Amino acid sequence: MTEFLQQLDPVSLLSITLITATPLTLAALGGMMCERSGVVNIALEGIMLTGAFIGYTVAFFTHNLWVGLGAAVLSGMIIASLHAVLSIGFLVDQIVSGMVINILAVGITGVFYRTYLESATSAGPGTFPHWDIPVLSAIPVIGPIFFQNQFVTYAMLILIAVVHFILFRTVWGLRTRACGENPRAAETAGINVYFVRYTNVIASGALAGLGGAYFSLQQIGNFLPNMTGGRGFIALAAMIFGKWTPLGAFAASLLFSGSDQLGSRMQSVFHVGVPLQFLGMLPYVLTIVVVAGAMGRAIAPAAVGRPYKKGS
Amino acid sequence: MDLAVEWGQVHALLGENGAGKSTLMNVVYGLVRPDSGEIAFDGQPVQIRGPLDAIRLGIGMVHQHFMLIPPLTVAENIVLGNEIANRGVVDLDEASRKVDELSGRFGLEVNPRERIADLSVGLQQRVEILKALYRGARLLILDEPTAVLTPQEIRGLFDVVRALIAEGKAVIFITHKLAEVMEIADAITVMRRGQVVATTSPKEATPSDLARMMVGRPVLLRVDKKPAKPGKGVLSIQDLVVMDDRHHVAVDNVSLEVRAGEIVGVAGVEGNGQNELMEALMGLRPIRNGTVKVEGTDISRTTTHERLRSGLGLIPPDRHRMGVVLELSVADNLVLDDHDHPPYARWFIRQFDAIRSYAQRLIKTFDIRVQNPDQLVSSLSGGNQQKLVVARELGTLPKLLIAGQPTRGVDVGSIEFIHRQLLSERDNGLAVLLVSSELDEVLSLSDRVAVIYRGKLVAVLDASDADRERVGLLMAGAA
Amino acid sequence: MSRRALRWAFSAVLLPLVSVLSGFLVGALAILAAGADPIQAYLALFQGAFTNHNAFAETLVSTTPYVLLGLSVALGFRAGLFNIGAEGQFYVGSLTGVFVAYSIHGLPAVIEIPLGLLGGMAGGALWASIAGALKARFGAHEVITTIMLNYVSFLVASYLVDTPGLMLAPNVSTPRTPDIDPGAVLPIILSGSRLHLGFILALLMVPVVWFLIERTTIGFRLRAVGFNQGAARTAGISVGWTIVLTMALAGGLAGLAGIVQVLGVNFHMTDTVAAGYGFDAIAVALLARSNPWGVLPAAFLFGALHNGASFMQLETQVSADLISIVQAFVIIFVAAPSIVAFLLRLRRAPAETVAITQREVDTPVS
Repeated sequence: MTEFLQQLDPVSLLSITLITATPLTLAALGGMMCERSGVVNIALEGIMLTGAFIGYTVAFFTHNLWVGLGAAVLSGMIIASLHAVLSIGFLVDQIVSGMVINILAVGITGVFYRTYLESATSAGPGTFPHWDIPVLSAIPVIGPIFFQNQFVTYAMLILIAVVHFILFRTVWGLRTRACGENPRAAETAGINVYFVRYTNVIASGALAGLGGAYFSLQQIGNFLPNMTGGRGFIALAAMIFGKWTPLGAFAASLLFSGSDQLGSRMQSVFHVGVPLQFLGMLPYVLTIVVVAGAMGRAIAPAAVGRPYKKGS
Repeated sequence: MDLAVEWGQVHALLGENGAGKSTLMNVVYGLVRPDSGEIAFDGQPVQIRGPLDAIRLGIGMVHQHFMLIPPLTVAENIVLGNEIANRGVVDLDEASRKVDELSGRFGLEVNPRERIADLSVGLQQRVEILKALYRGARLLILDEPTAVLTPQEIRGLFDVVRALIAEGKAVIFITHKLAEVMEIADAITVMRRGQVVATTSPKEATPSDLARMMVGRPVLLRVDKKPAKPGKGVLSIQDLVVMDDRHHVAVDNVSLEVRAGEIVGVAGVEGNGQNELMEALMGLRPIRNGTVKVEGTDISRTTTHERLRSGLGLIPPDRHRMGVVLELSVADNLVLDDHDHPPYARWFIRQFDAIRSYAQRLIKTFDIRVQNPDQLVSSLSGGNQQKLVVARELGTLPKLLIAGQPTRGVDVGSIEFIHRQLLSERDNGLAVLLVSSELDEVLSLSDRVAVIYRGKLVAVLDASDADRERVGLLMAGAA
Repeated sequence: MSRRALRWAFSAVLLPLVSVLSGFLVGALAILAAGADPIQAYLALFQGAFTNHNAFAETLVSTTPYVLLGLSVALGFRAGLFNIGAEGQFYVGSLTGVFVAYSIHGLPAVIEIPLGLLGGMAGGALWASIAGALKARFGAHEVITTIMLNYVSFLVASYLVDTPGLMLAPNVSTPRTPDIDPGAVLPIILSGSRLHLGFILALLMVPVVWFLIERTTIGFRLRAVGFNQGAARTAGISVGWTIVLTMALAGGLAGLAGIVQVLGVNFHMTDTVAAGYGFDAIAVALLARSNPWGVLPAAFLFGALHNGASFMQLETQVSADLISIVQAFVIIFVAAPSIVAFLLRLRRAPAETVAITQREVDTPVS
């Protein structure tokens, strides 16, 4: 038994789970803010990809990871505002406008990658350094998992608490929830539904952009086309499974990345005879099960997905 | 378009459905922008560009369909938009205190920490009124407030209104119910087709005067009804138990018989299980326990489609969500139930000639005002859409018709027409189960009156024994 | 011109046209930003699509799957369903179809080809029904389930094609399935090119789908459910079955697209998947306003873009991904008529929302 545990190395497994859950959680937090105000956001994938690309490109040319990070967040906000303008301002179907962002992201990153990055020969900006929090990182088990991480992961942990607080304790959060449940009622209370939705969509862009920065600036230190690999959609599932709450989204992200990591660990260490592809399917199948099962019980914001026209 | 309201008065805005009363008040509250004209408040001309402007002036509005957020609490709903906050953080304790203060002052008792979703409709209305008062409303607009209340609750509401007037506030009371106007109003403005046609008071006008002003011609306030000649039993409901969407019992051991040639009316305030009952009868909701038999055959396990084929018809209470498909044509809607059967379809291929001629026949018989059957239903008025639904269900010559809120949101002319249709079909042997929250409709059309309260049938009376007072008490669960 | 005819002209002709032009305009800006010459790039695009040797025929070859996939997505839209899974259905259809096509031997083409096609349609239909059933039974949103099923389908394809004893051909240098039986190959209809019978087949499916939607009871139910599920259910229409059937039909079309590519162009399957068909299909359906006849010109446009883009990438600095940018903006302008109206400064433009789908967030009654 102890040999099994040693081989499994649960501490490193959990540590990697937390790290790989970072982009999922950040994107899920963003999606959640957006949907809580009533706007569906399936563009998380595209926003993350854009964030990864812009973040890396800027960091590459300025030789500064932090500027790159800022650029990633900013680019996420800008491209999310396109989604906002289309779906809130021009009443385009929110799913369509989300898809547009995804297509656009592939196009933009592809074209400009070819022009600026593909043939680049100089060294990249590297990745974020590991920061060991003094004292806390020495605690057995918990220390290595939580307190020996890179910046984006720390940011994620802090943001979970921040978003939770904003959503349930502040005026902004109350108005957001009102707009997502019954925008007409919010309007009669004197709230500007458009403004609330715009701010939340752009905030979701910031979070997803940060999530994108994980890939190129924390994990790999490079940009590869389509490096987000569908993670934005898994983040959506995490949001649903987490019942549109920050802690729920975090737990769901951990579940998804954990099952993924456990699967590959079983494969590489124990040579469990399951083909690689089936392990790869696990997060997607799990997502389907979650969406099918959770839908009946999940409490989505009541007005999510429906365009709102003032005074209608 | 002229309207003048004075402080310390209840001003009734009277008109039939579609007359423009709600729209006018939405302008006053800033939800709709006027094309021309002026609004003056306290003698000063004002510009109301949005609800915030109206709220600042001291105007509050309680809409017909409540503007509440179900998952949030009473206190959260009341303070929304004018939150008591400390640097962005909401102070819910202070909010609850304020709510308690207000509810004590006006007799509107409610628990600030309860979620709206858990409150009854009457309590929700209280929250709506408190919302307006919290924002400092001096002019309160109530849009059809009594539609969802029992006669006793209505009396309670009137007491609150009088308390508000005593403080010098003004109340605009939008309604289409003449009796209420006579009781509560100090002044009356009558609207018809978007225009003010008269300004009067209960002292100067009688109900028939008012009805005539509302419609523009003399109106029959009571329909002529021949005595019923009930035949054999058509519908037999026995010990029916049906659950609602939240897995609570909505229909609680209901047993009822409806015979051919009679109209059985089910009176009750909306939300007491009527919708669940109708849905269960038509196969749109599963039956937990009990049986439903039509002419002796147990249909409890059949599909909606099968029930429609075997002689049942439903006029659904919610026309837009269940009754018509607005984006399809009148003809398509008229054959919606039967579209896949001959002569309207042969081997999956639709037969447009047969559909068209059937549609034209129904349009004529039921006086549906359309130019041609290929028009989209969205271009029809509410009354004509409802006539379409009635036509569709009666056109298949059913044995039993379940009529849910058959004249809701319909102009007086169409109401008369539909009532006459129901009575004449009943004279021809149709069994009718009428479910309506309009007590007058139930009382004037039914041969027998059942009262539903919290999912139970608390009484089944003959029409002669059913008077307003008695039925009202039964509807409220008393007696 | 009557008011109604003017509206039709606007929405069916002018709007798509302007949207496409605007898309190209934005694309030109992107090319400039990438440091290349838009005129050169578009010229190369045009040459690659039309004027190079056999280019036009190749464009028609590229158009073929877009027609079928566009029909698939459009059919879903009419029922209020967002079939993003066309791509996965395409691959599963290719898998099942190629299996049939390399397993049968020696029968005449008149039998082998239809068998192969049916195999493909069945696979796609089955795959799509999974999402349909999940939606009908559990209310699971088809956007998420179909996207997930797409990823699953890629992995399933990769697994089947890589594993010896399953669909891996013996003695090959790169993993792929065996070649299909010669009797299952779709004949070339234009000698000297790759244009095959599948193109005609795709063209024929357009009136078939049109007839299904407009003239049959199935199509009627589909539309009724797409417009108003509540009213459809009250009228006795089984919403659940309609959803499953619609998804199955849509999946069948997508699967057909997949097997047609195998029988007409590739003759086997490899373990790598070229992503992108799915997004393109949605763009085609949107541009066509979910109208089967509109799918033809829309699919042709995308086929031309697809074909021309690879030449453009060879000749210029511009990546083929540029067409995604063009596509995205074409969709934006099609889906938001008010933007176009604003740009053209039309005063009496329709200001309604373009209702692509009408979804209800209701929990299903079993």
